[in-house]
Amino acid sequence: MIRDDHQAGPTLTSPRSNGARISLAHGGGGQLTDELIGGLVLPRLGNGLLNELLDSAVLPLDAQHRLALTIDAYVVTPWRFAGGDIGRLAVSGTVNDLSVAGAKPLGLALSMILAEGLPQRDLDVVLASVAQASSEAGVPVVTGDTKVVGHGQADGIYLITAGVGVVPTDRRLHPDSIKAGDALIINGPIGEHGLTVMLAREMPEIDSVLRSDVAPLNHLINRVMTRHGGGVHFMRDATRSGLAGLAADLAKQSGRHITLDEAVIPVRPEARHAADMLGLDPLEVANEGKVVIVADRNQADQIVATMREHELGKQACVIGWVGDDGDGICELNTLIGGRRIIQKPYGEQLPRIC
Amino acid sequence: MCLAVPAKLIECEADEAVADLHGNRVKISTLLVPQVQTGDWVLIHAGFAIQKLESDQAEATFAVLEDLNKHLDEPVPGV
Amino acid sequence: MVTEALKRLREAAAAIDRPVKFMEVCGTHTMSAFRTGLHSLMPDNVQLLSGPGCPVCVTAQGDIDQLIELAADRDVTVCTYGDMMRVPGQRGSLAAARAEGADVRVVYSIMDAVRYAAEHHGRQVVFAAVGFETTAPSTAAAVLEAERQNLDNFSVLATHKRVLPAMKALLESGKVEVDGFLCPGHVSVIIGSEPYRMIVDDYHKPCVIGGFEDVLMAVALAALTEQIRDGATALVNLYPQAVTRRGNIVAQRLIETIYEPADTRWRGLGVIPQSGLVLKPSYQTFDAARRFELSTPEDHDPRGCLCGQVITGRKTPHECKLFARVCTPIHPIGPCMVSSEGTCQAWFKYNRGGLHPTPLTTGATRQ
Repeated sequence: MIRDDHQAGPTLTSPRSNGARISLAHGGGGQLTDELIGGLVLPRLGNGLLNELLDSAVLPLDAQHRLALTIDAYVVTPWRFAGGDIGRLAVSGTVNDLSVAGAKPLGLALSMILAEGLPQRDLDVVLASVAQASSEAGVPVVTGDTKVVGHGQADGIYLITAGVGVVPTDRRLHPDSIKAGDALIINGPIGEHGLTVMLAREMPEIDSVLRSDVAPLNHLINRVMTRHGGGVHFMRDATRSGLAGLAADLAKQSGRHITLDEAVIPVRPEARHAADMLGLDPLEVANEGKVVIVADRNQADQIVATMREHELGKQACVIGWVGDDGDGICELNTLIGGRRIIQKPYGEQLPRIC
Repeated sequence: MCLAVPAKLIECEADEAVADLHGNRVKISTLLVPQVQTGDWVLIHAGFAIQKLESDQAEATFAVLEDLNKHLDEPVPGV
Repeated sequence: MVTEALKRLREAAAAIDRPVKFMEVCGTHTMSAFRTGLHSLMPDNVQLLSGPGCPVCVTAQGDIDQLIELAADRDVTVCTYGDMMRVPGQRGSLAAARAEGADVRVVYSIMDAVRYAAEHHGRQVVFAAVGFETTAPSTAAAVLEAERQNLDNFSVLATHKRVLPAMKALLESGKVEVDGFLCPGHVSVIIGSEPYRMIVDDYHKPCVIGGFEDVLMAVALAALTEQIRDGATALVNLYPQAVTRRGNIVAQRLIETIYEPADTRWRGLGVIPQSGLVLKPSYQTFDAARRFELSTPEDHDPRGCLCGQVITGRKTPHECKLFARVCTPIHPIGPCMVSSEGTCQAWFKYNRGGLHPTPLTTGATRQ
């Protein structure tokens, strides 16, 4: 659990924190999620590996390999959206969590929680999607579980995927490895998954060309690691709290000053305008097919070139740098040459009019 | 206090319209701007077109700069 | 373009040998100034003060409590803009009420709430209508539409406010020193540019109407600063693509049709004469406070919270003892920390958590 002094203060049982009940915002992947994990989960379950709160835990295996293990639950509403569905999400999210840990994913476990009354046809659509994504990634679903809950106890279909993979023992990807001068590289435009899902959920009447970027990134990442593994210091996929959450976390975890350059961060016009309409910042919106690679600056250009050869890295570019200061702050150089802080979003993202 | 975004009307029917914001098509109310037609640019706030814009945003921004020069060289009262 | 505007801003500021304070009345301007990094580019002697233009921030605590009471205690569907979800009342927020089972829905347009009411005849639907003149016409249109459809299950809890009376009250109070106003672009779309002439003529403060993009804001601030340098006092409309002299007449008529001005309580400013818009007697059947016989709101501010002074430009967030220590965006105490366009949240979010006395941006933390 990483927290600043200014985020200390009220505990989870404080009357100010929503009457000590779980709110939707606790699941937003932002600061409030961090607080729930730090306040309730880690005190009970914390240990050396869990406390790191990385995308995958990496366990000792044998002399040549370590074992990466990860799990994620998928509860997206609606379950189908432009560019994908919950099935594609469940495979991609877990494959990506393994891949950014430097692991070659070996297999997935899939657990389904289905609501009574769900049309079997819907389930078939989702399973077809799971099969498609699993085949794209080359990572099979090797075990699973199915539960049905009564009508009204769950919303349609929830998926939980766990995954295992192997990491070569000599590959070390950790926030501690981030060094002053390192480059931050992203594989393409941001904000598309979160905006697509929010439009589908909150404003279904909007007909948008936006599509979720959900995709398994293991082949892209594997290519980078195979060619430039030594130059890669850390990786993370920019999911729920967006690029802002990822970059702010990187700064805190590494204790370094990180600067992003707004002018070069790729955002498609349709995403920018959808975000403007909803009053959201694309930086703070979820992605499901974006990885940020922190790499040695001398290899940054080659890594970008390698990524651009791959379908999912066509718009790869360097978006920022790790600085000398040890202040743990992430800052943005704005389009007009100004500067401002980037913080991790707080909780649930809501469309606003003001 | 009030977010509003420019968009182009691509379909108008009675007091509703479909507006396009660079690939995002949204149904809006045109009750507040009854004279608009397909092809017009409007400013949208909370699902309502609140004003017809004289041009698209890029042209308008350019016009403001012209205005800046006009106004700043010799501040004129009023508009 | 933005470079040219900033250059003019700096040149004008350099020719002024005193500190200059401009108030950006609108919360979206506050937010935009931080988000675009404009604050970090302001000349040292030009300070931007936030004004009372964030609807969430100026809504009196009693009105918020009334809304929470409605959501938590009455079996109704509350529809709201996302902005209001996390604002804390004495008994928690709408988000907290939803967590405890209340039916609270976030909508983009009030027409979605009318549609929901039309599709659920057995269910009372209340819309939490906040906002200034920009938003009030849409509430009016929705009420008229509900009347046309004979919907007896739709009502609004309206706390709409008018900007000009607040600007005037601020100047009359004598507690705020400002050299000019960056006037709210989208309110002006509705009311037009003419109403600000009163501020120029009676109070001798330059008024510039500006848009919200970085370049439009920079241009407007340059125009204000040059007026100070030249000793001019003028009303200038630098958002002419959207703002006309007389504004949107259709929208104004809609407002006049269903509302009448009334003395209204603002957080931090108290009761301001004729500053609110309340439903006329003939439309009071759509007033949720009446329909559900809600208790009359009492006014009280969270203890120690300086939001009232922050939104009137009298204090900066740093001067509040709660700011960044116990009042943070994830545990907001005052509404200025809740609203994403609230001054406190903007300071917190874009200015090193507000805890660093050495500002990242020179303009932002000077007191």
